[in-house]
Amino acid sequence: MASGKKKLTRRKFLIGSGVVVGGGLVLGYAALPNQLKDIAARHKGEGQILSGWIKITPDNKVTVIVPHAEMGQGTHTALPMMAAEELDADWDLVSMEEAPGLPEFANQPLGEGFIVGDKLPDILAPLINKAFYSIAQAMDLQITGGSTSVRFTGQYGMRVAGAAAREMLVKAAAREWGVSANDLTTEKSFVHHKASGRSASYGSLVEAASAIDPNPTPALKPKSAHTIVGTRTIKRFDIPGKVNGTAKYGIDAEVEGMLYAAIARVPVHGGTITSINDGAALAMPGVKKVCNLGYAYAVVADKYWRAKTALEAVEIDFEAGGNELVDSDAIFARFNQELATLELEYDIDEGDVEAAEGRLIEADYAVPYLAHACMEPMNCTAWVRDGVCDVWTGTQAPLMARTAAAVAAGLEPENVTVHNHMLGGGFGRRIHAENDYVAPAVEIAKMTGQPVKTIWTREEDMRFDEYRPAVVSRFAAKLGDDGKPNAWKNRFSDKREPAEAPLIPYGVSNQSIGFVRSQSHIKLGPWRSVDHSQHAFFTESFVDELAYEAGADPLEYRLSMLADAPRHAHVLKTAAEKAGWYSGVRAGRAMGVAVHESFGTIVAHVAEVSIGDDGMPRVHKVTCAVDCGEAINPDNIESQIESAIIYGMTGAFFGEITVQDGQVVEGNFPEYEMVRLADVPEIEVYIIESGAPLGGIGEPGLPPTAPAITNAIFALTGQRVRKLPIRNYEFSASA
Amino acid sequence: MEFSLRVNGEARTVDVEPDTPLLWVLRDELGFKGVKFGCGVAACGACTVHMDGTATRSCIFPVEAAEDIEITTIEGLADEGMFTDVQQAWIDEQVPQCGYCQSGMVMAVSALLDENPSPTDQDINDAITNVCRCGSYPRIRKAIRKVISERGAA
Repeated sequence: MASGKKKLTRRKFLIGSGVVVGGGLVLGYAALPNQLKDIAARHKGEGQILSGWIKITPDNKVTVIVPHAEMGQGTHTALPMMAAEELDADWDLVSMEEAPGLPEFANQPLGEGFIVGDKLPDILAPLINKAFYSIAQAMDLQITGGSTSVRFTGQYGMRVAGAAAREMLVKAAAREWGVSANDLTTEKSFVHHKASGRSASYGSLVEAASAIDPNPTPALKPKSAHTIVGTRTIKRFDIPGKVNGTAKYGIDAEVEGMLYAAIARVPVHGGTITSINDGAALAMPGVKKVCNLGYAYAVVADKYWRAKTALEAVEIDFEAGGNELVDSDAIFARFNQELATLELEYDIDEGDVEAAEGRLIEADYAVPYLAHACMEPMNCTAWVRDGVCDVWTGTQAPLMARTAAAVAAGLEPENVTVHNHMLGGGFGRRIHAENDYVAPAVEIAKMTGQPVKTIWTREEDMRFDEYRPAVVSRFAAKLGDDGKPNAWKNRFSDKREPAEAPLIPYGVSNQSIGFVRSQSHIKLGPWRSVDHSQHAFFTESFVDELAYEAGADPLEYRLSMLADAPRHAHVLKTAAEKAGWYSGVRAGRAMGVAVHESFGTIVAHVAEVSIGDDGMPRVHKVTCAVDCGEAINPDNIESQIESAIIYGMTGAFFGEITVQDGQVVEGNFPEYEMVRLADVPEIEVYIIESGAPLGGIGEPGLPPTAPAITNAIFALTGQRVRKLPIRNYEFSASA
Repeated sequence: MEFSLRVNGEARTVDVEPDTPLLWVLRDELGFKGVKFGCGVAACGACTVHMDGTATRSCIFPVEAAEDIEITTIEGLADEGMFTDVQQAWIDEQVPQCGYCQSGMVMAVSALLDENPSPTDQDINDAITNVCRCGSYPRIRKAIRKVISERGAA
């Protein structure tokens, strides 16, 4: 921007009103009758598809077609709940199937939102900005990420589709019976006409209903009428298969005649192979081929263990353009230097932080690179033959996987079929920011001419992740006589998404939040909650420092600056009250608090910690209050918050990917350690249904986790953790 | 080389290198895909099976040492279409998220509770060191407690 300054408005998740977007969704299908016919034709004889995502068969069964991947976040159940609620379906007759990776099932509400000018969830923006994801292709989005499933696909898709389908069924019954639709009621997958006592199942009406145009703006049920959404009686569809070993993940794909590949990248990110010695490997049992991909090499064999063993016998020389000299210290030094020298861009620049008066408080923070460490290492099975390509994998973005496979196979996307599976962890890793697992697997399969399953070792998975960025963040504030900041100045070294992540909810009149885009050769990607993961740690730690400098209670200090953010204040107060903030803690323990909004949801945590005999902090309890607007599946919300807290604890306590000689050092557990059962605190979750627009739930529990813990550590020890992870510090409880 | 194994009550023969980890034999030679590859160094527990009833991480266990041992995988824990009380507790408490670690979790917990019907929290912490990246741990503990109390009541 010419001025180099821009002011961000708070992100709006609604586009004007729900009607426009709701209309957009249904019109997405209804206004494209050919597309709807295509889908119907593909499912011919399998029942009728009404309003896009709902299939009803004559036996009265309802199948909700979910255009999102299941990676444990519960979307395969929450979205059918939303559709079934509006449809007035009998939940016992409802099942789901995941939509195939086809444009017809693309994430229309996301695409619509983009086309009509609202911001896409920012996590998606860098992806569609890539050369081969033009804006025109935004309609092809079929992505699970950015905590979008329920609040976009669910709100503007499933609810509208369910209500529209219900209207179609009612109209069909009205026509058949020659009565007014207004005199009909629906309940548990039946239409009733009270006056005549007639009833008909949805299944018996569906053929007639499918001839009726869907209403793009059907009336939605009031919350008080809900019998499925918001209840605790619904069990997730995917769980039984996950307790008896039958759930199929990408790594479980089986293709007739399949070979196995083990893969290794050039050790320095971005490096290129200059020579390869594969003679010894080729002579080993079962080895079929050694593939040189330039950036990586792979051994293809009849058994995975043979491929992996032979891979160790391959020798390469490589060229890394000087990156082989870079280590973590050099990377952070570069960030600090570029923060001082590169031209700043601004998230916000209001008032005059330099001219503002007050007592100057400064602090510098940093976080390291973090790996995703999905439990299922990256893998992909591919088969390229006769001008077509099939891919079996677990992906958060089947259409992007399709494009990546098409490019790697040298085919058009129409000739690529992606068979998506359960994801053994996603967390942003399986969004294909760098197309780093589907594309190589397709290249290997193409070179081999047979179906090949390529499996990354844990070490390869960890050393060639697309990491959460390492970032340095510097703060300066000026405290007035009342102890409150007159100025908030923040400078940081990396900017991705979402744009608003560094913004604070607190009323500070002079604010300047600016950044540079510092780079290293380490590959980066979205990591659960994206930029929120680092910025909540930075901002909620620094505001805690200000409270201390002001001699104020950290909770009261925050509340005193939240007059214009009543939802934040309410969430904070709720967490604090439930945690017993005002009644104090037992000797040897202390509490810390943090609040942060992300993906439309506001979360506050109060963490209670002590210091163990080993000098390491122990988290005894985390009390959480979450305002996500409305609770669709309350049990799953609690589950996701527990999950995000524990994922956040792993990052806060242990998470650190370091670089030496240009290479990532950490390759496996426990070198890159995880929170385990013994480390897990008691977690209490309080859901606040404020009635605000639906927020996401897969990510928002994470950002306030680290600062709540480190603020508690400060309260107990007087030691301020300004650079994660916590395990690099030594603490003593007697401050 | 040929090796004779007993898996889920059946005799099976496989022809693989002697150092092949049992994990890959179970998955790819015998089709027990419920046994999961997580780390390859016995640090995460996703590959946990029972060997003569003891929870064992199969990813570093060479097939040549697995003969004459009764091996049980997640597939062999209950009769088809049935769930053990541990599996049922996992469903009741809605434990799994991504679910990838849960075969190993269920196997580790099943072995623990067979050996020690009333473990303390410390016993549970010491025995269940499997990694769950989704953080289903609070529910794992709840489900374990549920099984303990139900077995105690029976």
